Order: sequence, then structure tokens, then C-alpha cells
Amino acid sequence: MSAPREWIPAGAASIAAAVRERTVSATDIVRESFDRAVAVKAGADGLNCILSSDRDASLRAAESHPVGGALAGVPVVLKDNIATTTLTTSCGSKILEGYISPYNATVATKLHQAGAILVGKANMDEFAMGSSTEFSAFGPARNPLDTSRVPGGSSGGSAAAVAAGLAPIALGSETGGSVRQPAAFCGIVGVKPTYGLISRFGLVAFASSLDNIGVFGRTVDDSALAMQVLAGDDTTHDATSAPRPAPTYRTDSRDLTGLVIGKPREYFPESLPALMREQCDRAIDALKARGATFRDVSLPHTDLALPVYYIIAPAECSANLARFDGVRYGMRIDGDGLRGMYEATRSKGFGAEVTRRILLGTYVLSAGYFDAYYRKAMEVRALITKDFTDVWASGVHALFTPTTASPAFHIGAISDPYEMYLCDLFTVSANLAEVPAMSLPIGRVQGLPVGGQVIAPKFGEVNMFRVAYALESELGAEAHR
Amino acid sequence: MSEFHERYEMVIGLEVHVQLKTNTKAFCRCSTNFGDSPNSNTCPVCLALPGALPVLNARAVDLAVRAALSLGCVVNHRSIFARKNYFYPDLPKGYQISQADQPLALQGSVALPDGRRIALTRIHMEEDAGKSVHDRYDGFTAIDLNRAGVPLIEIVSEPELRSSADAGAYLRALKEILLFADVSDCSMEEGSLRVDANVSARPYGQQEFNTRTEVKNVNSFSNVERALELEFARHCAVHDAGRTVVQQTMLFDAAADQVRAARSKEGSHDYRYFPEPDLPPLVLSEAFVEGIKCALPEFPSSRRTRYTSSFGLAAGDVEVLTATRAVGDWFEAVVARCGDGKLAANWVMGDVLATLNESGGHIAEFPIAPAQLGDLIAMIKGDAISTTAGRKVFAAMVKDGGEPKAIAEKLGLLQVGDDAALESWIDQVMAELPDEAARFAAGERKLQGVLIGAVMKKSGGRADPKKLAQMLGKRAGG
Amino acid sequence: MAVSKDDVRHIAGLARVGVPEERLDGLVAELNGILGHMDALERVPSRGLAEIADATRAGMPLGADARTSVPLERARDEFAPLMRDGFFLVPRLATHDDAGDAS
Repeated sequence: MSAPREWIPAGAASIAAAVRERTVSATDIVRESFDRAVAVKAGADGLNCILSSDRDASLRAAESHPVGGALAGVPVVLKDNIATTTLTTSCGSKILEGYISPYNATVATKLHQAGAILVGKANMDEFAMGSSTEFSAFGPARNPLDTSRVPGGSSGGSAAAVAAGLAPIALGSETGGSVRQPAAFCGIVGVKPTYGLISRFGLVAFASSLDNIGVFGRTVDDSALAMQVLAGDDTTHDATSAPRPAPTYRTDSRDLTGLVIGKPREYFPESLPALMREQCDRAIDALKARGATFRDVSLPHTDLALPVYYIIAPAECSANLARFDGVRYGMRIDGDGLRGMYEATRSKGFGAEVTRRILLGTYVLSAGYFDAYYRKAMEVRALITKDFTDVWASGVHALFTPTTASPAFHIGAISDPYEMYLCDLFTVSANLAEVPAMSLPIGRVQGLPVGGQVIAPKFGEVNMFRVAYALESELGAEAHR
Repeated sequence: MSEFHERYEMVIGLEVHVQLKTNTKAFCRCSTNFGDSPNSNTCPVCLALPGALPVLNARAVDLAVRAALSLGCVVNHRSIFARKNYFYPDLPKGYQISQADQPLALQGSVALPDGRRIALTRIHMEEDAGKSVHDRYDGFTAIDLNRAGVPLIEIVSEPELRSSADAGAYLRALKEILLFADVSDCSMEEGSLRVDANVSARPYGQQEFNTRTEVKNVNSFSNVERALELEFARHCAVHDAGRTVVQQTMLFDAAADQVRAARSKEGSHDYRYFPEPDLPPLVLSEAFVEGIKCALPEFPSSRRTRYTSSFGLAAGDVEVLTATRAVGDWFEAVVARCGDGKLAANWVMGDVLATLNESGGHIAEFPIAPAQLGDLIAMIKGDAISTTAGRKVFAAMVKDGGEPKAIAEKLGLLQVGDDAALESWIDQVMAELPDEAARFAAGERKLQGVLIGAVMKKSGGRADPKKLAQMLGKRAGG
Repeated sequence: MAVSKDDVRHIAGLARVGVPEERLDGLVAELNGILGHMDALERVPSRGLAEIADATRAGMPLGADARTSVPLERARDEFAPLMRDGFFLVPRLATHDDAGDAS
């Protein structure tokens, strides 16, 4: 018997077509995924990108699932803050260690209905708070391209799983860049949709007005395919869901004639390292080669995005995490009476970063400080949003920027909280303005992947993918050099 | 205590929480049924499981708007929900979804029986918390979340009440309106209506309000009045002693007839309100609000005025007939059928309600339909049967159902108005009572009653007494 | 605006996160470091802007009043820390006479 063909590197679209045509079975693909996981050491003894998985259960699911669907037989990895009734949903936290959700997130149901097979839940910064997956209660995840470095965060495990070849598609979540930044660090594609495009029902909330489900793929096409499956009206379960049907994002067009792309000066500061700037310039040339016109633009309130984010996100998270009290589920530690139980449970159950953000959030909402911090931040958020709408109104269809200033850093390299927050500098504004943005590989700096970011207007994913498809096609193999 | 009232003015504001009678909860589609086994009506949303999200119940909005319009409020076309953050085991999310800065409705008022109006500040929507049971398991508090998430409206009055009696009157009037609007069961016993009473005391003439306290845990309107009196007295004693009232929550202990401080370790709470990010603003169109307004029922005060002027009914009768929307509706259906308000009023109050009081039933379940009673009254009015016969028919209908005409026929109660038959009976009676007949013919008109009575007896009560009187009158030559 | 140890104790109490005394100094420093960066917001004058009037979002979608809640695929007592006779149990409230805030 000849060596079985490797299907996962061929991508989700190819796998699904082959499974539907019965060229290969879903169980074969799932076996390949688990073999790969063993080979790369996806568990705690290696990359630590997968927190829970069950080979037998996944094989059974593959066997019993009727053949068909846009993602037929495609193995998928879900970030561990997305509720699934099989495997655990720990959110990278001790307070939910071992918790198995009694209901499925809408995105999990949609993937299942499309024929996909869940092969693992991915490691993450605890409750999605972090930019490196070093804040997981279950140990850091490692970058498959250099295991001494972080894969990014908070969706580091999902990014690593795709980069390591366990699955062609993974889901993560984005609140300030937690999909785009790990995608850039791991040399893959990561997409943040328009806020409300993909249902948040079943996504454990960190900051409700900023959270998004995000998609990882090896290629733009796989990400577009996954987005098509996941997008769409879920207003019966999520009141912030956009009541519009899911459009088609996949396209064969690689031509950008007539498209105007903006280059916001605030994303190309003096301090941007020269090597990074080089990679961006090369990407810009590639886009021009496909017919796009570039224009210098400005998003003047960009420098206020991080302060605004670090007031609003902690404020919302302090309320969202109040439900973790040991009463109905999760960890419970006894203390002196009820209040003692609350405090013991939450102090032992939450890590340092989560505790910091809960305290920060409680503070900025507290009496006497609400106006100075929270109300002010909401006002400035409106200004940041207006920066984008003004740019679109001036005739620009999309923006191009670096995703991060530099590639993946070493595990343990950053210890100052605010320095860690700076990792989100170029990504956070898109969450504040609720616009879609994606990162795709544009080259290497010192041998490590770096990403370029495409930002589009709200519900403008079609143009965003057009730009990404064209860039990926024009750069070709250069994107990984 | 009345001595305090001479020197201090009582200032009262009431916050009333009312459960809306929807099928399902405010933010999830679990049943709101009262009395089911603990935690059987829960789901990821009302259990606050990780990842769950709220979706507002459309019918809760309908009922809340209906309540607001019934109370004369201005309904905000755009209102915002907010998180009220605090920790308590029966509050699963660690925050309550409520409304703060932009509530559903503003202003409005409640009329007291003497016509004075008490202004409302606002009405807002929020969700109920679950129930904590403290004494069932030794050393533990038991939590039942069936009630968590049931939709509430909170109705806040301006601090314009000046006596506990007025507070009671306000509550009774408010309940009547909400029952008429059919938005809630308004039962303090079942917890679908709860009152938090705020009270303070100030010397007459002082403009500023003194510190107020809040009294909770009161389970009847009369207890609200009592609790307010007790707490007012306590405030006055504090002022007399030259001290200031401490702002705190007080609990009423009905058994001990006292109000005491809740043993809460914290002072006033810092709820850290902020707009609920999981719910976009609630936008209500002009058309939507108008639609609810048009469908509002007639309210007790207008109904009272109308019954007094249209039917000429006395105040006492009007009170009885407008006590509930159901009785008034029933009464009017009878009137619609028989066209006589006074007769209908007598029958509904005297016969229908009397029967109901004995059986303890609800008028909706009364064995006779209003149309049938209307038909019966029409028959009496049209002399088809006598009133006495009518009562027999009524009794038969209550017992076995059926139509009044058919029953009257069956029981042989139809009045006979046939001239020939009447003449025949009169002839017979004249023959049997020759002496009286002769004296009547000679002019003793007072014997008419005796003769009519004899004919009635002979006819088994069926002879039409009015016609008899006419005929006898003719025979007497007048 | 700087936070003090008392501030941190107070907000830790509000948030029920039980911070041990030995951790307080470190937390005060960390929080003040972060809050220092928020001062940048002062350069924008307060204009009391109304919420983002977003034309692409049409008010709140509502749910029909029908019993269609998401079913639980595992029984409550499978994930509850402590349950008896269908009730969730917690240590008895010391202030149980306090009727709570929404009773």
C-alpha cells in the first residue's frame, strides 16, 4: 500500500470536495490530524496548543456524520472559550478546569452542520486576556516555527494548531487583536469579521462590545470558506447579531483595478523597525502590481486606542466574569461563609492578568470615577470610529498596515503588563470601530513570519478578501520568505 | 404617634415591582410558571452559563408599554438597558439587567379615590432575581433560579405621598389599573407585586427632604401602611433626639410589629451601572406605541363615570360593577342584549354575584352567559314571564344550563297574555267568588287585587297581571 | 489619578477577588502604571457625545414569547458544585435577614 496522501496541507476546500466525492473518508482525515498532533507534540509535552482532545470520539463523529456540507470531513480546532458539548471549555482558566458545557455555541453547531469534525480545543490566554498565550493557567503554548517563542495570543493555541498542520481551519476569538496577531506570529491567515457578523452565542464573554469569533486558515481561500459557513443572522440567540444573510466571500478574482487602498500614517511611525517596513513596502508593491491605487490617509485618534481599549475592555470583563462565583458550575473553594467562598474561589481560580483587569474594570466603573474613565473612553471610542468612517467617505475602499511592529518574541521576554498591551497597538482600533480586519503572511523578519493587515468598512468583507486574495496570489512563496 | 404627625411631615415615595404576565422570561425562553420544582425552568441564559446571551421578550415590551400608557406615562422611543452589578447567590450573572439613564417611560400619575393625583417619576424594565431559601438545609442557603429572569417593571413614584393612608390608597389604585390593563396578576401573596417604601420626616415648612430609609419585606398593603407609620415614628424620635437618620435598608417584621435594620455589612451599594453591551437600544416606533394605546381597555375611573351617567346607577352599585374589568365587561354584555342598564345591574349584583359569592367562582366561569341573562331580562321586560317566574328560570339555568325561552316553556312559566284565556279565567273566578265579583262590579276597586290574585292562582302564576288589571278595569266600567 | 492600597482593598472587595495583603503593593504599582497611560485621554475635551448613532444597526431584535429555550445536554447536577433536591446550595448567608436587592 502506498503512503497515504496528506490531505490537511491541501486545505479545507480540497478536503471537503474530496470527502463529498468519496475520494477519501472523514475518518481518514481525522486520523491524519491526530497522527500529525502526535508527530508535532501538540499536547503539554510540546507545543501545548491543544488542551483537550479525544481521538476515539472524533473518529466516531467522523464515521457517523452524514457525508456532505461545505466543510465535509474537515478537522477543526476551536479555542477553549467557545462552548462545545464534547471536550472541555476551560477558557484557559483554573476556575473552569474540566468544565464541559451543556450546550453548543452557534459557531460550533454551524461547523458541525457543515460537516466539520472537532478534533481539539485550543490553549489560550486565560479568558482571552493576553497577547502571547503565556497567561494560560495550563502553561504557555509554543510557536511551531520556533518553540522558544510565543505563538501570540490570546488565540495562540488555535493559530499554532493550524500552523503545525493539525487542522486547516481553527476558530479563535478577537477582542483587541487576538486572532490577527497570532496569525501574524505563526505565518498564517487570521480574520476578524465585522462586529455582529458571526454570532457570539456560546463565546465566553470577555468584553461584550469588542468580542468577535475569528477564523484561522493556511490560505485566504480556506478562511473565506469558513467565514461563509459561520456568518449570518442569529438574532434568536444573540441580540447584537447582524440580521443579514451570509454573503459569498470566496472569489476567483485577483484583480484590484479601481480599488483605492489607504496607508494610514499612524501605523507607519518613525519607530516601526526598518525590516518590518521593508516587508510592508514589498506587499504594497504587490498590491499595486494587481491594480490597486494607494493613498496616504490619517486616523488621528489612533494613539488613544489603547487607553480607550484598556478602560472599556476591563470594565466589561469585570461584569462578565462576575458569574464565576462557584455557585452553579466551575471551581468552588470553601471559605469563611458565602463571601469567603466567593473570594477564595475567585482568588484561586483567576490568574494575575485576569485579576488585574477585573480590578481595573471595577475601578473605572466605580462611583466617582465613571465619568472620568468609562464615559470618557466611550466618547473617544466614537471619535476613533469616526476616523474610519471619514476615511471610507473620502473614497478609500480598504486600508493596509502591518499587523504587528515585530515578529514573535521569546516566551518570558515581556513582563510589564503595559508593554504586553502594546502588542495590540495596530489591531485594537478595528475592534473599537467594529470593522473587519485580517492578517496574512507577507514575509519574514529575522527568519520569523510577519503579517500585513487589511482593514475594510463595516460589512465590507467582500473587498477585504479581494485585497487579501490578490496579495497572497501576487506574493506567492515570497510571503513565507 | 399622632403627636409626631403634628410636628413632622411624613414624606413617602413608593417603588413597586410588578411581574409581567408573559409566558417566558425576559431574556430567555424559559417558562415563568410559578411553583414548578426548583431550577426546572432554567437554561444556559438564566443560569448564566459561560457564553450565554440575553434576548429580550417581545411580549414583555408590549405589556410594559401597556402599563406605562395606562398610567399616563410618556414612553421613550429609545431606551437603554444597563447592568446593575452586585454579588448575591440568587443573581446568577453577578449583575441584573435593568435600566438606568434612559428608562422605558417617564412621568405619569396615579389618581387617589378623592381625585388627587400622585406623580410618577419613571417606569423601567428589568429582570427578577431567583429565590434564596435559608432555613431548609442546616448551614446552607438553597438557591432556586426559576424566578431568575422573570420580567419586571419598576414603577417609581415621586415622593409626594404624605400619609400612610394615602400610600395604601395609591397602592390599591395602582393595582386596580394594572389589573384592568391585564399586565400582571398583581398578587403580593404570590410575589408578583412587591413594594419598597421610602420614608422620611421633616418639620412642616422645611423645603429640603431629610434622609430617607427604605422599608422592604412587606407582604400586604395594610402592612405597608403599618410599616410606614412605625418607621416614621422612629425617624421622628431620632430627629427629636438631635441625631440624624442613617440611610439604610429596613425590614418589616409583621409578627413582632416592628421595623428593624437589615443586617447588611455594607453601606449603600456601588452598583457601577453601565449600558448593557449585549443589548442594542430598544427602539419603539410611534406606530407601535399608538397601536398599544388604541388597544387599551377603558379604565375604572372612566367606566365609573359612564355607568353613573349612562345607566343612572347609584354610586354603590357602580363600585360593585366596576370592581373588576371582568365583572364590568360581563355586565355590559348583558346590557347590550337586553337594553336595560338598571335591570341588568339588579340581576348582576343581586343574582349573579350573589351566586358567585357562595360558590366562590370567577365570573368568567359562571354557568350562564351574559347573552342568556340578557335574553331572560328581555323576556321579563316584555312581559313574556313575570319576575318571579324569571327567578325560577334563572335557577334552572344555573343548575342545568339551557336557553331561557325553552326553559320557561318547559316549566310552563310563560306568561299567558292571550285575551281569550284571560277572559276565561276571569269568568271562572267571578263564578267562584260571586260575592267579591258583585261588590267589585258595584265599584269596590280595592277588590281588584283579590280577583287578580285568584286568577294568578288559577293560572298557576302564568296570567299576565298587567293585562288582568286592564281587563278587570274595563269590566268595572272604567 | 493614582490608586492607593485602600482603594485596591475596596475594589477587590467590590469584585470579590480576595487579594492577599502581600500582593497589594505590587498590584498598586501595576494598576498605577496602567492608569498612567489613561491620562492621554485628557487631551480630548469632554463633549458629552451621544452614543454612536449607528445607521447600520436597527434597534434591538426581540424574541417571541414562546417556550423555545436552549436545552441543556447535561443535567444541572452534573456541573453544579453542590446541589440537593434540585436546589443549588451555598454556605448560609450570615446576613440572611437582608432581603437582598431585588426581592
